[in-house]
Amino acid sequence: MIPNLNNLPVYDTTGVNERIARFCSRSIKSSSKVEGLKLALSMIDLTTLEGKDTTRKVQQLCYKAMHPHDTLKNIPTVAAVCVYPAFVKEAKKALHGSDIQVASVATAFPSGQSSLEVKLLDTKFAVDQGADEIDMVISRGEFLAGNYQYVFDEIAAVKEACGKAHLKVILETGELDTLDNVRKASEIAIYAGADFIKTSTGKIQPAATLPVTYVMLNAIKDYYLKTGKMIGMKPAGGISTSKIALQYLVMLNEVLGEKWMNKNYFRFGASSLTNDILMQLVKSETGIYQSINYFSKD
Amino acid sequence: MQKNKDNSMFKASWTYNEAPESTDHIQIKKKYDLYIDGKFSKPIKGKYFDTLNPSTNEKIASVAEATSEDVDAAVQAAKKAFESWSKLTGKERGKYIFRIARLIQERAREFAVIESLDGGKPIRESRDIDIPLAANHFFYYAGWADKLAYAFPNRNPKPIGVVGQIIPWNFPLLMAAWKLAPALATGNTVVLKPAETTSLTALKLAEIIHESGIPKGVVNIVTGAGETGAAIVNHPDVGKIAFTGSTNVGKYIQKATAGTHKKLTLELGGKGANIIFEDAAIDQAVEGIINAIFFNQGHVCCAGSRLFVQESVADIVIDKLKNRMETLIIGNPLDKNTDIGAINSKKQLQTIENYIKIGLNEGGEIYQPDCNLPKNGNWCAPTLFINVSQSHRIVQEEIFGPVLTIQTFRTINEVVEKANNTPYGLSAGVWTQNGAKMFHLTQKLNAGVIWGNTFNKFDATSPFGGTKESGFGREGGLHGLKPYVKFD
Repeated sequence: MIPNLNNLPVYDTTGVNERIARFCSRSIKSSSKVEGLKLALSMIDLTTLEGKDTTRKVQQLCYKAMHPHDTLKNIPTVAAVCVYPAFVKEAKKALHGSDIQVASVATAFPSGQSSLEVKLLDTKFAVDQGADEIDMVISRGEFLAGNYQYVFDEIAAVKEACGKAHLKVILETGELDTLDNVRKASEIAIYAGADFIKTSTGKIQPAATLPVTYVMLNAIKDYYLKTGKMIGMKPAGGISTSKIALQYLVMLNEVLGEKWMNKNYFRFGASSLTNDILMQLVKSETGIYQSINYFSKD
Repeated sequence: MQKNKDNSMFKASWTYNEAPESTDHIQIKKKYDLYIDGKFSKPIKGKYFDTLNPSTNEKIASVAEATSEDVDAAVQAAKKAFESWSKLTGKERGKYIFRIARLIQERAREFAVIESLDGGKPIRESRDIDIPLAANHFFYYAGWADKLAYAFPNRNPKPIGVVGQIIPWNFPLLMAAWKLAPALATGNTVVLKPAETTSLTALKLAEIIHESGIPKGVVNIVTGAGETGAAIVNHPDVGKIAFTGSTNVGKYIQKATAGTHKKLTLELGGKGANIIFEDAAIDQAVEGIINAIFFNQGHVCCAGSRLFVQESVADIVIDKLKNRMETLIIGNPLDKNTDIGAINSKKQLQTIENYIKIGLNEGGEIYQPDCNLPKNGNWCAPTLFINVSQSHRIVQEEIFGPVLTIQTFRTINEVVEKANNTPYGLSAGVWTQNGAKMFHLTQKLNAGVIWGNTFNKFDATSPFGGTKESGFGREGGLHGLKPYVKFD
């Protein structure tokens, strides 16, 4: 049932930004840095969502997912590969034998401007192709028009269509404008059955930001306090460097803590982040920053 | 002591490696002399005392103890320097003050490290707050030096003469800046005494002032404890006293200066009310509580040490506060990740511990997070006393440590009455998203500074000071010039 949205916590942008500044001023060094980098790598949803995607491009990406940098020992693989529904089957095949998940965007991604029927078909298609995770978009137009019940029902219907696949609900926070809206949309998504809430499609600027993620983490925290159920979080888009990724992890560490510090409950939707993390890991092992050309671009 | 472990459900698992700020770039002498008449000179009686690192209680340096003879020499130097300094044009005075500001900026890192080393505050605070603000105060008042006629139109402001300034140990360099900058800008000469536990940054400032080329005798810095301060207060050639410190000492100074020509400003203790309404942004308010009481280990005269939470949100606010406290990092003040540093002195630690005992004896419900305090040095875990009332001593008296009392309220009138029901009147904070309520409250609360949806924010352009037993006179902003001038 749709939660009471009239009594939600509100957010003060100045206060949120001050809190974020504190996370960003944490100094992460030596072994704790390596620990953080490896954790971040293991949480990446390696993503390609382009009109020009092809089967071979997806195959290449999948190889990269399984072999991020073979000359580095003791590094994890990424958590998942995220593609359009048309490439799920290929990705599934390419990743066979690994424990890397295949995530597929669905529901008329990225705008979500289609009928519920089409969105459910889109979802079912991806699931039938073998997707382990579905990244859906909410109807931002309906949300901003105040039709919260519509948004709620749509998410609930998609959740049902997912079957065993995990559902990540993309709020597209760049279109919601205020932190209070982000909180409201998080609440709707969580109560409608989201396993994860996700900031952005990556197609709208701004994509993931620390303040927006902070608000969503708080929604997850409050839900846990009320129900004891854990919801995952996925910031996506714009997280391109290790430094920023570590800032997200510091925030996760200090807001939700231990239980959430793994790929089952936190993901980064990113593509170029992987190589930056690898570069930092090589630096921590050898003391030298290698040229970007030593890191494979798939 | 009872410790509640239920709040570790969101406990952080990723521990950050130590990230200490390096100390190899700082220069500390083994022995510090008095800065009088443009020279570093030995105290007449030759006595020195130790200044300790409060996080280890190891000795850092010896500092000269100024007796009344030394104070007299300093006042005489200041009196002589006043003759020419007061006649210098405002523009020329401003140049020296600007130079001091720039030199502080240039050596900000060194100042930050020494401040944390000598005083125990986290490097994050000394680096991001104390030192930049100190430089800002000098910049700000340097700008006023040649514009005094515009600050006080048609009133012909004139400097007073020799001013005696006595500063506390909680913000050593910042308080020195608050006092020195307006005094110099208005054409006075100064005898300044830092607190005995935290003299080092004031003595470093003396080096910078010397380097600035300011005429000798304009600024004199004498170190020592209460007796040195008394010698300044009682010196007949001092025209004004500016004091920041405890209310008890403030009362003594007011008695001592009564019936004399001496002007006086006092910035004393406080027991600030931090009021959280049900319509506040709760997560930010929780951060506000942390910042209000645990900033600088609670060694803040304007700390929000009395929390008032509206009953309808009391449980959630207290739960969130406890959860948040579990993530506070307590330890080495020089570590960049430290949130809460060391208690400034053994004596202050005893005072705080005594109040915690009083609170427990009064039946207060105590909460402290599950944290490991370092073995050596002076440490106190951040502490809450929940479900206390106006009648508890820990609610009435200033503790000056990381101890917060929590009371609940039901209506606006009730909380206004309780917030004002204290001999102090320095600060208050109000948390609500309702603008009308905010403005209503700010009119009803009797405090010198009232923060809305934030706490412990300072700016050189903003006047700061108290009402009732929190003192009188303002520092900062245009108002901060007034105590240092006289009119025809």
